[in-house]
Amino acid sequence: MLLRHTSKEVKEREGLTINPAKTCQPIGAMYAALGIHGCLPHSHGSQGCCSYHRSTLTRHYKEPVMAATSSFTEGASVFGGQANLLAAIDTIFSVYEPDIIAVHSTCLSETIGDDLQQITRKAKDDGKIPEGKRVIFASTPSFIGSHVTGYANMVTGIAQQFAVSTGVKKNQINIIAGWMEPSDMREIKRLAKELGVNIVLFPDTSDVLDAPQTGKHEFYPKGGTTIPELESIGDSLHTIALGSISAEPAAIALEKKCKVPFETLEVPIGLTATDRFIMSLSEIGGVTVPDEITADRGRLVDVIADMEQYLYGKRVALFGDPDQLVPLTEFLLDLNMKPVQIVSGTPGQRFEKTMRDILDARSPETKFKNGIGADMFLLHQWMKNEPVDLLIGNTYGKYMARDEDVPFIRFGFPILDRIGHSYFPNVGYSGGLRLVEKILTALLDRQDRDALEEKFELVM
Amino acid sequence: MGTNTHFPDPSVVKEELIQKYPAKVAKKRAKSIIVNDPQIIPEVQANVRTVPGIITQRGCSYAGCKGVVLGPTRDIVNIVHGPIGCSFYAWMTRRNQTRTESLTDANYIPYCFSTDMQEENVVFGGEKKLKQAIQEAYDLFHPKSIAIFSTCPVGLIGDDVHAASKEMREKFGDCNVFGFSCEGYRGVSQSAGHHIANNGVFKHMVGRDNTPSEGKFKLNLLGEYNIGGDAFEIERIFEKAGLTLISSFSGNSTIKQLENSHMADLNVIQCHRSINYMGDMMETKYGIPWMKVSFVGAESSAKSLRKIAEYFDDDELRAQVEAVIAEEMPKVKAVIDEILPRTTGKTAMLFVGGSRAHHYQDLFTELGMTTVAAGYEFAHRDDYEGRDVLPTIKIDADSKNIEELKVLPDPELYNPRKTDAELEALKEKGLEINGYSGMMQQMTKKSLVVDDLSHYESEKLIEIYKPDIFCAGIKEKYVVQKMGVPLKQLHSYDYGGPYTGFEGAVNFYKDIDRMVNNPVWKLIKAPWQKTGATNGKSKGLEASYVTQ
Repeated sequence: MLLRHTSKEVKEREGLTINPAKTCQPIGAMYAALGIHGCLPHSHGSQGCCSYHRSTLTRHYKEPVMAATSSFTEGASVFGGQANLLAAIDTIFSVYEPDIIAVHSTCLSETIGDDLQQITRKAKDDGKIPEGKRVIFASTPSFIGSHVTGYANMVTGIAQQFAVSTGVKKNQINIIAGWMEPSDMREIKRLAKELGVNIVLFPDTSDVLDAPQTGKHEFYPKGGTTIPELESIGDSLHTIALGSISAEPAAIALEKKCKVPFETLEVPIGLTATDRFIMSLSEIGGVTVPDEITADRGRLVDVIADMEQYLYGKRVALFGDPDQLVPLTEFLLDLNMKPVQIVSGTPGQRFEKTMRDILDARSPETKFKNGIGADMFLLHQWMKNEPVDLLIGNTYGKYMARDEDVPFIRFGFPILDRIGHSYFPNVGYSGGLRLVEKILTALLDRQDRDALEEKFELVM
Repeated sequence: MGTNTHFPDPSVVKEELIQKYPAKVAKKRAKSIIVNDPQIIPEVQANVRTVPGIITQRGCSYAGCKGVVLGPTRDIVNIVHGPIGCSFYAWMTRRNQTRTESLTDANYIPYCFSTDMQEENVVFGGEKKLKQAIQEAYDLFHPKSIAIFSTCPVGLIGDDVHAASKEMREKFGDCNVFGFSCEGYRGVSQSAGHHIANNGVFKHMVGRDNTPSEGKFKLNLLGEYNIGGDAFEIERIFEKAGLTLISSFSGNSTIKQLENSHMADLNVIQCHRSINYMGDMMETKYGIPWMKVSFVGAESSAKSLRKIAEYFDDDELRAQVEAVIAEEMPKVKAVIDEILPRTTGKTAMLFVGGSRAHHYQDLFTELGMTTVAAGYEFAHRDDYEGRDVLPTIKIDADSKNIEELKVLPDPELYNPRKTDAELEALKEKGLEINGYSGMMQQMTKKSLVVDDLSHYESEKLIEIYKPDIFCAGIKEKYVVQKMGVPLKQLHSYDYGGPYTGFEGAVNFYKDIDRMVNNPVWKLIKAPWQKTGATNGKSKGLEASYVTQ
């Protein structure tokens, strides 16, 4: 057994987190900043933070992940990191020539009280920021929230620090991407195009973290939301925030600064969340949903109907991030499956309330927990007490899946041992179809593996 | 080694590497970019701060302490005191394999433990939560040992992990709890963390169990972390040769082995950068000499085995070692003979670790490949220039902050295994007792040595030299490959390995052959991007008839 010390008996823990279902803020900020064109993320802290975040993102995407660090030593930790950040800004603009540096803080720089706003202003006053270049920032203390919070904080920073209202509205709609894959962002853009709605999507990591092999390393790949696009979001007619935890804070900030009204939707994972997204975007954009999209939807419903017998009543355990878990749970219920155990390390009462709303009517017995104490160790203990038919979560889940001999689907962040997530979307109707295919393959492969010889089916 | 004439002029390359930096940065980097001369080894600036903003390969002290040195020991519950990230990122990502004797033996390597420090812990102190976490770990698992690792905020807010550990150790009585002040900001790289880890393991583990062990030739293997099963292969070879491994530091090790390690008669050191402190301290306290070996490369492995036999000065062991080499080498030779024509004459670059960029040159030599440029991520000058330069290394403020333990001979257990005269005689015979040569002695004249290579410099080097393979880590992997050059990860081995010993050499030859000769590198250009493509112009149709 890989996790041989995990016992069935659940004991309340107050001090010890075991096998977390979250990580820390700065990695989310780094990921978000990669979704701006020509931007170099910068980690204001010890070298290790930047190294760990780049390594994790690189393992997840199998792509270059460029970011710089303030390289704190003990001296900087005692006297403050201002000198380090100013030196870093100077070096970065000389050597790596980005259009934008997106600085995020770390637990170290937050603990000593470095003020990023003040330091970046000083950099400007000291002439360290070349004409036409930008330095933006977000405060992302690792001891608050999770990687999702860090993503939200950087996206909020992007909205606040780029948006300008000129007083002249533009015929466009902002879509703020909650934490999703480059493939998902690409699919959102495709759907908007198919609907005929003019959008600005930010951040946008497509064509950044799924770059083609060309024989040349593009330090700033062609993707990412551009500065003119980001400056224009203050003039947009409306904002749709996809994800209440990872995207809504930026929409609120934009509404405050430039009076752009917003609506928060779930990340469009699964049938009904996608329905809401398409409805909303078509209504706001004043367009009729084209037949192609309706047909895509129909294909997804068709597959669910055709294969319903294999899905019905299957018990699923899942872990990950709130903005993914909420629509995924809803989708599993639409598939007539039973999402029975759910954990997310990301804190917040919003998750609990939303989950309650979804589950109370359709699966009141489901156990779910988020925030402190909601870790994979707890989920594993639940699984030992009440076995499940399927586990869905990031790569770390494979240890539980193997020990409990449960089919496993990789979903969420990070996925370190398989490819696909950056190329094939989970959002939209096509994403839903992909998820159903994955679920069915996992369940049916298991049935094939375990079937008695006389019960081994040719047609399923 | 002879002069390799087909290199570009290295002094020109050096200028090219630094010309884009701001003046101060260029001046600093110039001291870390050195044109090699193996006869008169030039000084390399190493183990100094990275300039902020430079995209560096380096990590932090915590990574060196928890990730590298303590991580591989399977039965310690390693609790990271800090916000969640530090523990999360070090969770199984270093591939330290371990094999328990039974399915119920303790193995905490697949687990991640953290105090998940919250804002109120930073404001009001985190010691209470830490003690609570230690108590919960004890109640849940009853481990023999719990180690606490400090992350950046811990040192700043003044949490005393050592006092907390002591209190809990005394409270439990049957669980050794100890802490490490390995905050990420200490030192200039992972290297500081290695030193801190050595100190802690020496203080809190080594010497606690005096049980004499069986075996005629007892040794410890230091600086081997069992990435991809490297230590398994060395264990296999040791067993065949009749050597008794008391403990490895720390691949595939247990608390019991580490606590009993002072009963060995020799310490052999693989990765000296991360563990030479331990060799010195154990020699002073217990009288166990240490000797540099390398099990990277088939020839190096054979040489190391012979040196170990020479140390124990036993004819039976010598014969057994020769028998092992005689049995292993033909299998290696069969593979290399087949591969060599496809790899000979190709070039490599190695920028990794604190010993690996040196050790792996042996394997490339066996493949007939030349190392045109190399450097370390977190090494010190002695790793480049040889241990003889140690007395001349200036200790700067960043190094001064790392504790040097004052070690004295143990009143009861000090027992010099060899007299000074015997050790001198062994050195005469070429055994690297208390010493190691540097990377530069091995590299050709006019090859380039670069410490703490930056991203910018790596791209430039690749453009200029167009090497056939580049060796570094995960952060560099896909950048280099986007340039059409395969990258071999020498931290994680690209999830393969082992690469040590005889079987490891074979694995490495095959991997490098596959990588440098992979057809994918020729598929990058689409047919319409190649010369002769019509580029949007209609070629026009020409009727072709079969005429007879």
